[in-house]
Formats: sequence, structure tokens, C-alpha cells
Amino acid sequence: MSNAPLKKGIGELFMSPDADEMRGFLRNKKKQMKSKLTSISDAVDAYINDNDYLAIGGFGGVRIPTALIHEIIRKEKKNLGFAGHVSTHDCQLLSAGKSFNRCDAAYIVGLEARGLSKNSRRMFESGNVQVTEWSNGALSWRFKAAAMGLPYLPSRVMLGTDTFKHSAAIEVECPFTNQKLAALPALHPDVAVIHVHRADVYGNCQIDGILVADDDIAKASKRVIITTEKIISNEEIRREPSKTVIPYWCVDAVIEMPFGSYPGNMPGEYFSDEEHLKDWLVAEKDEMQLEEFIGHHILSSKDFYEYLEKNGGMNKMKQLMQAEHLY
Amino acid sequence: MENTYNPMELMITVAARTLEDGAMVVVGTGVPVAAAMLAQMTQSPNLTIMFEAGGIAPLLPTMPISVGDSRTTHKGLKATSMAEIMELCQAGVVDYCFLGGAQIDKYGNLNSTLIGDDYNKPKTRFPGSGGANDLASLCWRTMVVTPQNPKRFANKVDFITTPGFLDGGTSRVEAGLPAETGPYKVITDIGVYGYHVDSKAMMLLSLHPGKTIDDVKANAEFDIIIPDIYDTTQEPSDEELKILREKVDPAGVIIGR
Repeated sequence: MSNAPLKKGIGELFMSPDADEMRGFLRNKKKQMKSKLTSISDAVDAYINDNDYLAIGGFGGVRIPTALIHEIIRKEKKNLGFAGHVSTHDCQLLSAGKSFNRCDAAYIVGLEARGLSKNSRRMFESGNVQVTEWSNGALSWRFKAAAMGLPYLPSRVMLGTDTFKHSAAIEVECPFTNQKLAALPALHPDVAVIHVHRADVYGNCQIDGILVADDDIAKASKRVIITTEKIISNEEIRREPSKTVIPYWCVDAVIEMPFGSYPGNMPGEYFSDEEHLKDWLVAEKDEMQLEEFIGHHILSSKDFYEYLEKNGGMNKMKQLMQAEHLY
Repeated sequence: MENTYNPMELMITVAARTLEDGAMVVVGTGVPVAAAMLAQMTQSPNLTIMFEAGGIAPLLPTMPISVGDSRTTHKGLKATSMAEIMELCQAGVVDYCFLGGAQIDKYGNLNSTLIGDDYNKPKTRFPGSGGANDLASLCWRTMVVTPQNPKRFANKVDFITTPGFLDGGTSRVEAGLPAETGPYKVITDIGVYGYHVDSKAMMLLSLHPGKTIDDVKANAEFDIIIPDIYDTTQEPSDEELKILREKVDPAGVIIGR
């Protein structure tokens, strides 16, 4: 290792990485296995406050809790912080609601191969959002450190770059090998919102396909809201315990929300609605047009079912189910 | 078949040929996944294709639109977490990653974060690292596929999102990044570039048919090293074009046909 002094990122550390603080919180968290069934509206009232730091499960346009995010917008939650861990349609939604003022950014404002979100860009180019830079791997490991009960994890990413400079990571020297490493602070969100394939009423959850970071996010967060395609019995969970990726004690609220990831993809269930996602990108080009678009789709819809109806209802869902299975 | 092809088809074909059988590669959507699919259907049936969101070794039925959508695990061998994919890269298992970016400099540093000189109020905000910083830090060889023009091939990138050889020479290893990793090739619509063994500055390896050294120079802000001996890029074969057009991208999403 060279003799250059160890560097420190200048980005703001939004959440305390203190493991003992979280140990104390988890010690006192109620762990009875009781039904946590509730509604989208009640869950947002009970568990999401202005200024909270939010983590959203899934992968931007894949297995995302769209229904819950719509409610955050309808309830006009403000000044949230959030983890931009491949935040695509979810970033678009939170930007449409002007719901946040700070962000740990690994992937924001884009929709991968679909293009860039004009409105998310307006939000991040406004100067009104405080941003700390990370990579996807770094954010994944920050959740993992928190899930492990450690204040940080060492890693070999971000070193030497401006991503590191604008992060809140700190270079450390390995006590065994002297290797220079980037210490990634544990990230404990106030609240996580995760959409899953199946859950029982206690919050034991099964996920098909990629996990992204959701097992770690559930363990890292103080409160966890689960929306699920389907409620299954506790017997069914107990029949295949190896399938439980999020256990009940992490979970505060469970809502049955079929097609809850729409217009995102739900692996094995339905594909993304590319037409509607394109409509979003088009509507965002003009602020007036976007206001009308959000008014129609989100604000004037009394719930997520009405939004689904406005976009073709069961007929459209059937098409997306067929697209998922390549018919 | 008449052997005419467009620049995109040439770039994908050249990229595909660099992926040898038995290699492991993490790809993104678009050109990288098209190249990996073409490689798998030609010389490298045992190429392991991976996606940063958690998909490992799918038998891709169509090109994914997201690196996390269900196609990335279609008939796959494993569906895992993003952390595990990056851990495999960090452990040294993964040979290649394939990246793009708004800007690249002569040491292969990439910018996908912002344009402008005020971080707090950028002129243009882009997505940021995504998995690019992780992959380019950790995989053995970083491949970049990008159209070439002076704006993209910038003297100085506005923000080093993703590490290339940083300031050149030995600076990448001194920064703490794993030894022997780094930029490997850049494939553009003009030529294929590598990096000088000592200075780590970008160097011409081969020129595409019909392109000139003037094209190379006119489309980069920085000086690209032109060695005395360089190749002419081998054109796509009829077979490669047939597979690319009929099996990899029949809808013409990437190749534009």
C-alpha cells in the first residue's frame, strides 16, 4: 500500500450506522406472531411519516410496491429520504409526488433501456435534493452490513473515483493485509416497502426470482410494509421453510395487493406494461401534461384497483400475464 | 446473403468475438446483452451470462429490457441477489463486464453521473454508477461499447463515475483497486482500442473497414496512440449477421433493422 493518506468521502451520511442503536430497537420491537393484515391507506398512515428515510424493494421496474408508493403520493408525504438502489419507476413516482429532499443515489432518474425520466431529472437538477453518491454494490452491502448487525463492511469498490469522493464512505487499511479498502457504513432505513409473491398474515414472505437486496433490506429497516400478490396460509409457509426470505419478525404490515407491481414486471406472474411506461416518459416532457397525467392516474384514483381499471383492467393484466410466459 | 451491415451490427459482432467459450460475463441491456447472446450462439456456447440484479446463466429467449426483468432468469441456473453478483466479482470469478457511459477519457474512466461543474446543481443529471463502478472495479476485464465522437471521447470527464486506469500508469492499483483488473477494450463505430502497457493510455488496435486514422483523431478530444502496426477489423460474417438479425434481435430494437 502506498503512503498516501486515507481518504474520506464528502457526501452526507443521512442515517446513523450505529449497530448498538439498532440492537436496542430490535430488542424492544414486538415479535408476537399476530396478524398484520391491513390496508394500503392504514399502513401509510401508521408507518410512514414525513422526513422518514425510505427503502423500496425490487429493482425499479421489477417487483416494486407501486400501490404503496401511489398512496405515499396521494397522502402527500414530504421530505422523505430514500435509497436510490436501482430506482427507476419508483424514482419517477417519488419525483412526481415531490416526496423527497435527500437521496443515497446509486441509480436514479433513468429507466434503463427505456430512456431517462425528464421529471426525475428536473427534481435532481433543481438543487433542492441533497444527494450522496454510491454504487449499486455499495448500497447492497450497506444494507447487508446493517442486516449483519455491523456498523460497516469493507469493500473494494468506488476507490479512486468521484463516486467515492461524493459518497460517505471512508478508506481504511486492512489490519491483516494492509490492503486499502472502502468502508461502507451500515444503512438502517426508517421504513422499507417491499412487494412479494406470497406472504402469510404474519409477514412470512416468499419471493420468486431475483432477491435484489430485499432480504437484507427487511432485516436492516426499523419498520417493514409488505404488499403481496397473494396471502397464503401459515401451513403453506411451514411446508417449505427454505422459501421464506423475509421472516415475520421483520414485518409490521401485510397488504394483499394483486398486480401490485404493475406497471412493473412481477417475475413468473406478469410482464411490465411497456406502453404505459412509455406514456409516463412522454407525459413527463411537459410539467402541465404531467400534472394532468398524475391527476388522472393517481390523485383521482381512490385506490390501486381504480388505477388498474383505468389502464385496461383484467383484460390488460391477462395480456401482461401472457407476455410474461412468452405466449 | 449480401454482406452489408450497419455500424451497430459491426460493434456487436466485434464485441461478441472477444468473449471466449467458458468465460463469465456481467452484461447490461442493449449492445452488451446482444453481444453476449451472439457469442453464445456462435463460438462460445458455454459463456456464462450474468446480470447485476441477480440473474445467472439464463437461456435468454429475447433481449431483456431491464437487467432485473424475468428474462434474465429464464431457464437460468440461479436467481440471487445483487450483493451475491458483486461478491462473485469481488472474489475474482468474473472475467468480463460490459459498460457504456456518457463520456470516456484516455485512461478509460467513465462518466454516467452528470454534466456540469457544480455537483450540487448539475446541468444534466444521469443515473449515476448503477452497478458500473462495482463491475469495473472488480471484474478482470472491462469492455466498453460506445459510438465515438469528440463529446463522448473527452479530454477530461466531468465526473469519474467508474474507474478506468484513473491517472494512468500504476495509479489504479495505488488507489486500492484489485491488481491486474481494468479497462480491456473499447469498441466504437470507428475502431477497436486497447491500452498502452505502461502509460495505460488508449491505443488503436484495429480500424473498421472504410475508416481512417483521420476519423479516429477527429472523433476524440484526446490523442489516441496510433501504433505503427494495427489491424483492419474483420467484417461480420454472413453467419454472424444471420444469427444477430434472426435470433438475437429479430425486432431490430438494437440493430435498428
